[in-house]
Amino acid sequence: MSNNTAEVIVIGGGVIGNSAAYYLAQRGLSVIVLEGSDHIGNGGSSRNGGGVRQSGRDVRELPLVMYGIKNLWPHLSEELEVDCEYHQDGNLRLGKNEKHKEILTNLANNARGCGLDVRMIDGEEVRQINPYLSEEVTCASWCPTDGHANPLTTTLGFYKAARKLGARFISGEKVLELKTVKGRVRKVLTAAGNTYEAENVIVAAGFDSRPILGSVGIDVPMTRSLLECLVTEAEPYMFDQMLGTAEADFYGHQTKHGSFVFGGSSGLEPFNKDNGTPVSSAKTAPCICRGIMKYFPDLANAKIVRTWGGWSDKSADGVAVVGAIDEVPGLYTSCGMSGHGFGIGPAVGHQLAQLIATGTTDVDLSPLRYDRFKAKI
Amino acid sequence: MNSVNDRNRDIGPFVPAPDDDMLICRCEEITKGEIRKAVHDGMWTLTEIRRYLRTGMGLCQGQTCSKLVKSIVARELNVSPAELEPATSRVPMRPIEMRIFANEAKEDDDYE
Repeated sequence: MSNNTAEVIVIGGGVIGNSAAYYLAQRGLSVIVLEGSDHIGNGGSSRNGGGVRQSGRDVRELPLVMYGIKNLWPHLSEELEVDCEYHQDGNLRLGKNEKHKEILTNLANNARGCGLDVRMIDGEEVRQINPYLSEEVTCASWCPTDGHANPLTTTLGFYKAARKLGARFISGEKVLELKTVKGRVRKVLTAAGNTYEAENVIVAAGFDSRPILGSVGIDVPMTRSLLECLVTEAEPYMFDQMLGTAEADFYGHQTKHGSFVFGGSSGLEPFNKDNGTPVSSAKTAPCICRGIMKYFPDLANAKIVRTWGGWSDKSADGVAVVGAIDEVPGLYTSCGMSGHGFGIGPAVGHQLAQLIATGTTDVDLSPLRYDRFKAKI
Repeated sequence: MNSVNDRNRDIGPFVPAPDDDMLICRCEEITKGEIRKAVHDGMWTLTEIRRYLRTGMGLCQGQTCSKLVKSIVARELNVSPAELEPATSRVPMRPIEMRIFANEAKEDDDYE
């Protein structure tokens, strides 16, 4: 019987859980990662557009994501010994009308206030950066230090590297509840009837974080929402930028492999049938295709080889929840990443590991507190 | 479905084999050796192998190699291939041009 006790238990084997495990193991702490599904990195970490992006984010998330892009992403492939396919070739957030321009200008102004180089450009300049974009695009915000990476190899790369450093990973181990001992988090109980014990617990289980945190009386208001993507066959090289839109309804990039990964929505997501798994709906992919062809007429003959769906955990204000839980010493969380958790993920894991190991963080996490949600009156 | 799987179970070291350079996934040009090494990197499910190496992510979407990949991974883990769940099949069944997919039911017309 192996030892079920560690200094830190991480619940959730996604990019955040795996990176936290990696950075904790690097600091010499013993770690057990419990993944509820049968596969490591099976939630939003493998089901996203791969953006490593600062622009377009709420200012509360900016210092953390900027920290990751400055300090972690540039050498991640080398460090994890896996090709994370990280590209830092800028992000175009596209607009087609005055309303879009207003949204983008606002976001850009706020981000500049945080020291981020992001500016508004007109349609002509957009097409100088990306000549394949159609005339429909009349403006964009341009952030040259944004980029994209491969979510699959990055998430599994952190797993591989953490495991190599001695972190213990157990998949198919669904956590049901936490138990405190003398007011401090201590026990983790699973559906298979196993009990794990640790001095510190990180809950990073996407939407499933809610009932787990709920078992010790902490509620983070969030819902889960479906996102869907499609993948083309390998196409000749076209461009390196990450793309998004003012209304965040379309995003994508061309991968190292040559395929395009584009995400989008049908607008019917909140009303989709929910059978317990994130399945792609028949309506969405054709709708994404129509959207893509408006932006990129040249891609009309590109073949779609694959579509997939995933859930994102949306917090009540659309901003990540990261940090220590005051009421339960030893308990930490990162959840409610709201559909943009991948790019910020390594920074979250890094800072949570530092917080547990030293009690301090390089980035102030207080704007991302779990208890910031207040009623409107 | 959801069986507890301790990823630190000892599966022994990676031992190079003479046929390690044999192509298994032809679409993505992944060899037997790369698949066997990935198992030793911790990729113990067919879904993880696919996401890590791209096996079965090419034009044929795994219709050619998925059984071969399964048997290689099973042998490396010393389990029966029947214990390994196949990776999820994805829509569409065959590659389809964006302009046709965009039309939904109306396959004959181009997208306007």
